[in-house]
Amino acid sequence: MDIGAQAHTASRGTIGILGAGRVGTAIARLAVAAGYRVKIATSKPAAENALIIEIVTPGAEAVDAAEASGSDLVVVAVPLHKYKSVNADALAGRVVVDAMNYWSVTDGDIADFEADDRSSSEVVAAHLSASRVVKSFNHIGYHEMEPDSAAPGAADRRALAIASNDAAATEQVAAFIDALGFDAVDAGNLASGRAFEPGTDVFNGRFNADELSVKLHTSLVAA
Amino acid sequence: MEIGAYSFGDTQRNPDGSLRSTTEAIANLFEAIKHADAQGLDYFGVGEYHTATMPASSPGAMIAAAAAATGQITLGSAASIIGTDDPVRIFQQFSIADAISGGGRVEITAGRGSSVETFPLFGHSLEEYDELYAEKLDLLMTINNATSENVTWSGTVRSALDNLAVVPRPASGKLPIWLATGGNASSSARAGQLGLPVSYGIIGGAPHRFAPLTELYRRSGAAAGHAPESLKVSVGALGFVAPTKKEALERFYPGWHNLNVEMGQLRGWPAPDKRAYLAQADAPGAYYVGSPDEVAERIAHLHGHLGHMRHFLQMDLGGIPQELLLESITLLATEVKPRVARLLAQK
Ligand SMILES: NC(=O)c1ccc[n+]([C@@H]2O[C@H](COP(=O)([O-])OP(=O)(O)OC[C@H]3O[C@@H](n4cnc5c(N)ncnc54)[C@H](OP(=O)(O)O)[C@@H]3O)[C@@H](O)[C@H]2O)c1
Repeated sequence: MDIGAQAHTASRGTIGILGAGRVGTAIARLAVAAGYRVKIATSKPAAENALIIEIVTPGAEAVDAAEASGSDLVVVAVPLHKYKSVNADALAGRVVVDAMNYWSVTDGDIADFEADDRSSSEVVAAHLSASRVVKSFNHIGYHEMEPDSAAPGAADRRALAIASNDAAATEQVAAFIDALGFDAVDAGNLASGRAFEPGTDVFNGRFNADELSVKLHTSLVAA
Repeated sequence: MEIGAYSFGDTQRNPDGSLRSTTEAIANLFEAIKHADAQGLDYFGVGEYHTATMPASSPGAMIAAAAAATGQITLGSAASIIGTDDPVRIFQQFSIADAISGGGRVEITAGRGSSVETFPLFGHSLEEYDELYAEKLDLLMTINNATSENVTWSGTVRSALDNLAVVPRPASGKLPIWLATGGNASSSARAGQLGLPVSYGIIGGAPHRFAPLTELYRRSGAAAGHAPESLKVSVGALGFVAPTKKEALERFYPGWHNLNVEMGQLRGWPAPDKRAYLAQADAPGAYYVGSPDEVAERIAHLHGHLGHMRHFLQMDLGGIPQELLLESITLLATEVKPRVARLLAQK
């Protein structure tokens, strides 16, 4: 599928979103506006979310998690302590964007993420072991996503970082990010995802592509 | 439209920046509530918070004292973190306060809390976050909706009640119970399904973006068969009123800065940026900081989007001098409130 192809085509492909919370619905609205077909799910049956989706993300479809998981690209935006409730088999072979954060000051300690110094997305990828996991969208507040999105080439366009061990998946997600209204900056492999986790300069700021590249570089050199 | 205030308590600071006593903070809060009542403010909320800078840890105790010392103002928690508390106790404290108030002036707002400090404090496991919240809300509603003193309830996170007395009953039979939410769509849908009034805490972004959530709330409520008049919306936000916008911005900034430095140390944020502050303090931002005219206009404007029936402001943050807080309360009650009423009457 031509995810992230030319703007305003109806054939961009299908985005699945797991999580209809603050982040999931903001990404869904941007994706609908960009011309994707958007299927959004929670752990509950689709029917229970129908009204929420109709009002909060018009244009997206409320589906069951299994159906959302079968999309060309799947964004996971569930509370991190529930990451194991995401069905890994259903996501086998898929490009999966991990938009989640491990942020113990607000969410409390989670043993899986305290155990060693892997980046949170590496822990998530160990669960989604047959998926092509890409970390992104975690370092922008849900309420900033729509106001900060801008057309390609816009002056000082906000940039989002990407980390993945899969170069083709990185490319696909970069095109998706661009279509949603942001520049994408490749931070490297999943382990490099720690350069934009909570507590980093990148997580705390709003940067264009040039600034973000510098920040990511500084953070990775320091690590 | 009701106009009000809320506070988590605000510990004052010495000139060198060190914190003064939490005792003084509670005394100041008590004074502020009495002042708000005397000036004619409609509502004062006390938010459960457990830090040295914001020590209003037990809204029930504060509200019981305030109920005795005030005459007209509605008092409520904003919010009570019910997942880690005992709904039986919350209900008892608030219905005692209700009796002391003369009846009908006390409300409970049930919330999840924006951070997790109450879990270790009260010995609960974060693994049970959702279950604790859902079951304890159910228990609180069961007690409130009971037709007699005796309550029967069972669940998994707390021992069952088998026809046990929970007393006293509120003067008017039930206490208003609000559901607090920060903007998660499923919370709005749930509040509507339960037929509970909903209170939005809007601490950043553009408040009018909550309009789809209020629509979701009202439609979920209607679909569940609840009467439109029981489906009420309120908004709590940061704000400050002074004679001019310039003064309001100057008076509120040091406290905002202190709070963000503290949160930043805890959460690994950088030094707060004054530009972000100024941006939020202009329409359509989330801070209602300005002269009475400006704050009133912005509240009335938001009403056009959300149709809310109460707008209340947190004005004491980061050690704002007490006399400035009291002046802001005076202006809110005597200048903003009538302006909002006029603006809404013109519509
Ligand atoms: N808030 C932000 O600004 C922000 C920004 C960037 C990243 N993040 C990260 O993004 C993640 C989500 O945050 P949020 O604020 O959007 O959370 P949220 O508002 O609490 O929403 C979480 C959503 O996930 C759903 N969910 C739970 N388990 C699920 C499962 N197994 N499959 C599908 N859906 C499931 C929930 O619905 P049910 O419980 O009904 O299933 C709910 O719709 C977190 O890790 C957070 O750290 C947050």
